[in-house]
Amino acid sequence: MEFTTFLWTTVAAFLTLAVFSFLYKDNPMYKFAEHLFVGVSAGYFVIILWHGALVPNLFKKLADGDWWYFVPGILGVMMFARFFKKSSWISRWPLAMYIGISTGLAIPLEMANRVNRQLWAMMEPINWSSFWGERYLDIGSGYSELFIFVGTVSALVYFFFSKAHTGAFGAVAKFGIWTLMLGFGASFGFTVMARISLFINRIQYLDINWGQTAFNAADTSNVNYHAGFQALFWAVWLIFLVYAVFEYKKYLSNKDKPSQAAGTSA
Amino acid sequence: MNFFSKLMQLDRRWVYLLLVIVCLTAYYSDFTVPTIVEDETKAIYDFIEALEPGEIIFVAVDYDPSSQAELHPMTYALVEHAFRKDLKVIFTALSQNGPGMVDQAIRDITDSLKLPKTYNGIFYEGKDIVNGIDYTFLGYKPYYAIVITAMGQDYRILFPSDYYGTPLDSIPMMRRVHNYDDIAIVVDISSGSITDAWISYGQGKFDFPLALGLTGVMTAQYYPFLQSKQVMGLMGGLLGAAQYEQLADNPGLAKDGMRVQLPAHLLIILFILIGNVGYLATRYKERKV
Repeated sequence: MEFTTFLWTTVAAFLTLAVFSFLYKDNPMYKFAEHLFVGVSAGYFVIILWHGALVPNLFKKLADGDWWYFVPGILGVMMFARFFKKSSWISRWPLAMYIGISTGLAIPLEMANRVNRQLWAMMEPINWSSFWGERYLDIGSGYSELFIFVGTVSALVYFFFSKAHTGAFGAVAKFGIWTLMLGFGASFGFTVMARISLFINRIQYLDINWGQTAFNAADTSNVNYHAGFQALFWAVWLIFLVYAVFEYKKYLSNKDKPSQAAGTSA
Repeated sequence: MNFFSKLMQLDRRWVYLLLVIVCLTAYYSDFTVPTIVEDETKAIYDFIEALEPGEIIFVAVDYDPSSQAELHPMTYALVEHAFRKDLKVIFTALSQNGPGMVDQAIRDITDSLKLPKTYNGIFYEGKDIVNGIDYTFLGYKPYYAIVITAMGQDYRILFPSDYYGTPLDSIPMMRRVHNYDDIAIVVDISSGSITDAWISYGQGKFDFPLALGLTGVMTAQYYPFLQSKQVMGLMGGLLGAAQYEQLADNPGLAKDGMRVQLPAHLLIILFILIGNVGYLATRYKERKV
């Protein structure tokens, strides 16, 4: 790895640690990383939009003589009228057109694919011939299909509020809420896995891309060896160490003032 | 203040610290956990495996760097598998920070494929993956629902040139490729609502085989589309990526990451149990008073 590449890897490592430092408490390094992320994302998006959409899909078309592209171009410019109080009404015309097209496109397709096809799936005959399926929690088994059918109907019953949830009706509604809870539980489980995955990825980055590169590069047989690799590595940790010492000193000086003690409770 | 009251007021940073210690210990320990492959991931692998060399798959990389932890391993495993089988790949990135993700993935996968390697007992010579012949990256366009719909007519409507500025008609693999009819499958690897658009505006309107690779947070809510057969396969979170890596005999960051998931999950389950016991014990004591 070249030194300049490692320099950027180190910047990314610093920003990773700066973001994680928020878990202790809000601090200037976290603020810096957060602001940088927002700024870079916005800047990157503008450039991507300019070179990826406006230039090939509008300016180039106009330059090639496709004059009717002038119409969407003007509609786009009209959107900027929002910034001027007196003429802000002009922006409603392109917006109305956009909303009209989007709604026209969305309603039939959403209805067909998110409502009708889901309803059809509910009305499939239950697979009695393979009721217990081929393996544990088999999605194609008869009992899964039966559970999905009963669960869907009872969950819908739970949201029927024109009748008191008592007696048999209440029991079905109760089963409905349990079904919903199972769904929320599955979502929560997946979410935990997702959050841990993000942390694992950062460990892998800090270890493989940053730490191992810094120290493997110290092997002088490596043609790209540069003493600065390890210096950069330790410099980042030094920044956090200095901050930790600063925080600890602040903690000691505030120790006798319980109302100002740092920390949050669960 | 008794033990349970103290527990209920525990500073949450102790929980974070314990989780970090467990994750780091697991990461640096040498052990493996088995990966059980589920049918929904295997369906995608089997579909790609059954395609003939030269066929085209469409990979929509619809995620930003914030989701690369879960979704990059999926893209790497799936695309590397496709290239090894001499399939051609069309990439798009309909997420605003997605083009960088595709760029990085193509670079890394191309480097990886230069090395000869054996997968599932079959030896593959190292080879060069060439832009325009083996893959095309169309790039990013805003308003994904409209983009997905327009691509059903012709890719050229919104992508007259690829991400690098080459006109689509000048790209060898795109000469006879116009819309979804010319591709074998769309694989949407996504971290947001673009997936809904691929289901409604893409698969629902143009009826192509659609497979999904999703973040863990999203996975549970897309299983109904698997059951209704609107989606032919689904990879959920890091687990889905690890399953694909296992099937493709190409262990990577996802398989490695699943080792850490196990102790981390056990710890979280323990925290949930302790938290609930603490809550119930405190409530019981309050009622008694």
